[in-house]
Amino acid sequence: MKDRLFRFVLDHPVWVILITIVFVFGSAYGAKNLVFKSDYRVFFSEENPQLTAFESMQKIYSKSDNVAFIISPNDGEVFTPKTLKAIQELTTESWQVPFSTRVDSITNFQHTWSEEDDMFVEDLVLDADTLTNADMPRLKEIAINEPLLLHKIISPKSNVSVVNVTVQLPGINPVEEIPHVVSKIREIKTQFIEKNPDITVHLSGMVMMNNSFAESSLSDNAILVPIMFGVVLLGMIFLLRTFSGTFATVVIIIFTIVSTMGLAGHTGFFLTGPSSTTPIMVLTLAVADCIHILTTMFYEMRQGVEKKQAIRDSLRINFQPIFLTSVTTAIGFLSLNFSDSPPFRDLGNMVAAGVMLAFIFSITLFPAMLSLLPLKVKATKEGKLDFMHKLAGFVVNNRKILLPSMSVIMITVILFMPQNTLNDDFVKYFDTSVPFRQATDYMQENLSGMSTMEISIETGESSGINDPKFLRSVGDLTEWLRTQPETDHVSSLSDIIKRLNKNMHSDDQNFYALPDDRELSAQYLLLYEMSLPYGLDLNNQLNVDKSSTRVIATFRNLTSTEQIEIEERIYAWFKAHAPTYQVDIASPNLMFAHIGQRNIKSMLLGTTVALILISLILGFALRSVKFGLISLIPNIAPAAMGFGIWYFIDGQIGLALSVVAGMTLGIIVDDTVHFLSKYLHARRERNKDPKAAVEYAFASVGRALWITTFVLVAGFMVLAQSSFKLNADMGLLTAITILIALIVDFLFLPALLMKLDKSDISTTENNSNPAEGEHNDSVKKIA
Amino acid sequence: MTLLKKSLNSILVLGLITAPLIASAETPEEKGTRIAVEAKASDKGWQDMQASMNMILRNKQGQESVRDIRLKSLEMENDGDKSLSVFDKPRDVKGTAFLSFSHAIGADDQWLYLPKLKRVKRIASRNKSGPFMGSEFSYEDLSSFEVEKYTYNFLRDEACEGGTCYVVEQFPVDKNSGYTRRIAWLDQAEYRPWKIEFFDRKNSLLKTLTYHEYNEYEGKHWRPNLMKMVNHQSGKSTDLTYSDYLFKAGLDDNDFNKNTLKRAR
Repeated sequence: MKDRLFRFVLDHPVWVILITIVFVFGSAYGAKNLVFKSDYRVFFSEENPQLTAFESMQKIYSKSDNVAFIISPNDGEVFTPKTLKAIQELTTESWQVPFSTRVDSITNFQHTWSEEDDMFVEDLVLDADTLTNADMPRLKEIAINEPLLLHKIISPKSNVSVVNVTVQLPGINPVEEIPHVVSKIREIKTQFIEKNPDITVHLSGMVMMNNSFAESSLSDNAILVPIMFGVVLLGMIFLLRTFSGTFATVVIIIFTIVSTMGLAGHTGFFLTGPSSTTPIMVLTLAVADCIHILTTMFYEMRQGVEKKQAIRDSLRINFQPIFLTSVTTAIGFLSLNFSDSPPFRDLGNMVAAGVMLAFIFSITLFPAMLSLLPLKVKATKEGKLDFMHKLAGFVVNNRKILLPSMSVIMITVILFMPQNTLNDDFVKYFDTSVPFRQATDYMQENLSGMSTMEISIETGESSGINDPKFLRSVGDLTEWLRTQPETDHVSSLSDIIKRLNKNMHSDDQNFYALPDDRELSAQYLLLYEMSLPYGLDLNNQLNVDKSSTRVIATFRNLTSTEQIEIEERIYAWFKAHAPTYQVDIASPNLMFAHIGQRNIKSMLLGTTVALILISLILGFALRSVKFGLISLIPNIAPAAMGFGIWYFIDGQIGLALSVVAGMTLGIIVDDTVHFLSKYLHARRERNKDPKAAVEYAFASVGRALWITTFVLVAGFMVLAQSSFKLNADMGLLTAITILIALIVDFLFLPALLMKLDKSDISTTENNSNPAEGEHNDSVKKIA
Repeated sequence: MTLLKKSLNSILVLGLITAPLIASAETPEEKGTRIAVEAKASDKGWQDMQASMNMILRNKQGQESVRDIRLKSLEMENDGDKSLSVFDKPRDVKGTAFLSFSHAIGADDQWLYLPKLKRVKRIASRNKSGPFMGSEFSYEDLSSFEVEKYTYNFLRDEACEGGTCYVVEQFPVDKNSGYTRRIAWLDQAEYRPWKIEFFDRKNSLLKTLTYHEYNEYEGKHWRPNLMKMVNHQSGKSTDLTYSDYLFKAGLDDNDFNKNTLKRAR
C-alpha cells in the first residue's frame, strides 16, 4: 500500500504537485471565515461556574463592560475651568459611542444638596462655560470627599480624572462590535487631544482589553511568523547545506499552514489569542518531518545511491518513525481538549490537524518536489558526526557517574515544581509595550487597580434593601471592605442613602448615617431615583424588585491566589456578620483567578490520558513492555523539570502554562522514539551489546535529533517574544522543556539503558517473540 | 370647435401639471405636523380622567417587580395637562404622591410628597429623560402629548393593528430629552397610537412601546388597557395595565396643587 503510494509519487511527481495545489487552494478558501473573536469571555466554557455566576449577575443588574478615558492635564490639576469644560464635552461626546448606556464623569456626577426645604439632584458641573476659578475649591472639596468618586473618577491628588463609558454589547456579532466601539473611542480621543493639546489621555477598561487580545495577537503574528521563517531558512541552510531541500521544506510549511488555517475556517473555528499561535506552532513542527527525510536521503546519496532510489529508501526507512512521531505529537496536542478553556482546545485541534497534514505532505508532495529539484551532494566533513561520536564515548565512559548525578539533578529540579504560585492576571497578559497595559498601570498608580469584585446581596424580600438591618449590614460591609489593605474603592448603596439622609436634614454632617426607618429610606431612595436623568439611574446597583443590591469593590492589581483569598475573606465576613442573606461574588477577575486552577486539574487528566495512549503506542512500536516503561522516565521528566526551572524564571503559572505538559509530551516523545528504536535496532538486529547500541544510536540519529531540537527550540523561543504573555510563556516553557528532553535523552537515557538493559536482548526478547520479529524484519526487507 | 378642443386640451394639460403639484403642496414636515394637530384635536374635550395603573417591571433574568398607582389627570386648555399619581405599592412608599404640571414648551413642574417625612419636595426637571419609578418608561414617555413638544416628519402610510397607520417621525424640541427622535404609528381612523420607537442620543433604537386593547370612552376618547415597553439594549421591559377608567368626574385645579398632594391618599 505505502509502496504503491511512494512509487506513484516518484513516478508522477507533477500530478502529485498539481493535486496538492488544488487541495491547498480549496482549503485556503476557508481562511476567509477565520475571524478573531476579541472578547475575554472566549476563555471560558459555557459551563464554567464563575462565568455563569457573572453572566447571571449582569442580567440582574446591568453589564459592566466599559471604556475608561483617563484624563491627565499636564498642569497636574483637574479642577480648572478649562479642564472641566474639556471633560464635560468629552462626557457629552461619549454618549455617541456605539452601544453606550451610561457615561460617568466628574462633571455629570449627580450631586445632591438641600436648600431650605428642597433637595436638589444635579450634575456637579452644570454649565462649564460659566465656571470661574472661584468655583474650583468648592467643586474639588465635594469631589474629593465623595466616596463614590474618590479613587474611581478622581485621584486623591486631583491630578487625574476618568470618564467611564459603560457599553452594553448586544453580542450578536462579537467579531465586529468591539472594533466598532474602539474605532469610535479612538476617534473621540484624537479629536479631544487636538482640541486640548495640554491634556494626556490613556484608554483602559474591559473593552480596550478585549481589543488588545486581537490587536496584540495579530500584530505578533505579523512579526513573529516571518522571523520564524527566517530562522528555519537559515538553520536549514547552515545545518543541512541544501538550497533545494530548504526550498521544498518551505513549500511544505507554507502549504501546511495555509491548509490548516483554511480547513479551520471551513469547519467554523475562530481565532483567539492562544489559537492564533497555530501557524507558528505548525511551522515549527512541520520542519521536523522534512529534516528526517532529507538527512536519510543525503546519507544514502553520499553512499552513492542514485537520487530517486535515495528518496525511496528514505521514505521507506522514515515512514514508520515519522508517522509515529506525528501521531504522538497530535495526541499530545489533542490532550488540550481536556482544557477548561475553549481557545486552548481549538489550538490543540488545529495544531493536531496541522501536524497530520504536514505528515501527509512530507510523504507525498515533499518527495515529489525533491525528485524534480536539482540535488547535489557535497562531500561534507562529518564534523558533527565526530561530535556525536565523542558524545557517545563520553556517555558510555561516564555512565556510572552520569546516572546518579543526572538523577540527582533531575529530582532536585523537579522538587521546585510545586513552588510555583498560581496566577492569572489578565492585565499582565500584555507586556508593557501594549498601550492597554501602560494605561492600566498608569491608572493603578494614580487611581485604582483593575481587579474588581461584584458582590450581590439578596434579601429574598421585595424592597428588602430598605430594611434598616440590611442597610446596616451593607454599610458595615462597605466600611470593612475599605479597611482591607488591598482595597482601592468601594461603590455601595449605603453611601448614597447616608448622603440623602444628610441632605434631608439640611446637609447636617451629623446625619451622614443610615436611617433606622424602612419607609424613610425607601422614600429617600424614591425621591433620589425620580430625580436622576437618563443613563445615571440605580439599575447598576439595584435589581428591579429592590430585593438585592450590588456592591462593587475595586482592588489594586492582585494575583489569582490573593483574589481567591479575598473572595473567601468576604464570604467569611458574611458568615460571621450577616449570615441570613444570599451572597454571590463574581467578576471577570475572579473568572480568571479560578480558571488556572480549574485548567490545571482538567489538564492533569488530559495529560495522563495522553501519556497512557502514547506509552501504549510506544510499547507497540518498540515491541517491548520493558522499553515502553523505561521510556516513561525521559517522557515525563522534562515537563516536570521545565516547571521546576520555571520557578526560577517567573514562578507563576496559570492558564497558558497548564497546557504545556500535555502539549510538549507529544513532541518530546519523538526524541525518545528515535533514540530507542535505533538502540533496539542495534541490539536486536545487529546483536550489539548495550554500549555499542548506544554508540550506534548516537551515530545514526544524534545529529537529526540535535537539528530538529534546534529548530523546535528556536521556533518556540520566537513565540516567547510575543507581547501577549499567555503565548510568550507558553512558548518559553515549551522551548525549555524540549531542550531538557534532548539533554535527558542524550545524558540520562543511555546511562539508564546501560544500567537496566544488562541481559542479552537478542536471546531473551527475540526468543520470546521470534515469529513476530522475523515477520517484521522480512516485511521491512521486502518493503 | 377647435377653440373648445383647445381649451379642453389646456384644461387637461393644466390638470396634468397641477395634479402632482397639489399632492406635493404639503411637505412631509407639514403633513407630520398636520397629523399631530389632528390627533390632539380628535381627543380634545375629555376634561378630567381617573384610572388605576399597574406596572410590572422585568429584567433580563426574568425577575419581576410590581407597582400599583392611582392616577388623576386634568385637561388644560392651551398648556400641558396636570396629573397626580398616588403610589399604593411597593408598601414602603405607599401614600407617596407625585404631582406634575406638564408644559407644551419648557420644563415641566414636578413635586413629590413623602408621607414619612410629611413633606413635599420639588423635583428638578432636567430628569425628564430619567426612569419613572425604576421602570422603562421615562417621565417624558408618560407626560401628556402636546403638538409643540416635537417637530415632525411624515414618513409613510403602513398597515398596522389599527388598520392603516400614518408613520411619523417626531423630533423632541427640548434639549433635555433623552431621545434624538421617535417614530410613531397612528391609525388613520382615530389617530390612536399603536407603536412608538424611541431612538437614544446616538440615534440607536432604544425602546419600543406598543399599545393594546383600546376601548372607547365618552364616545370619542380611546384609551389602551395595556402598554408594553421593551428596552432593546438592556433586555428589560415594563408592562403598564390600566383599569377603572373614569372620565368627567368634575375634577378641577383645586384637586391638583401642592396642598392637595398631602391629602392625596
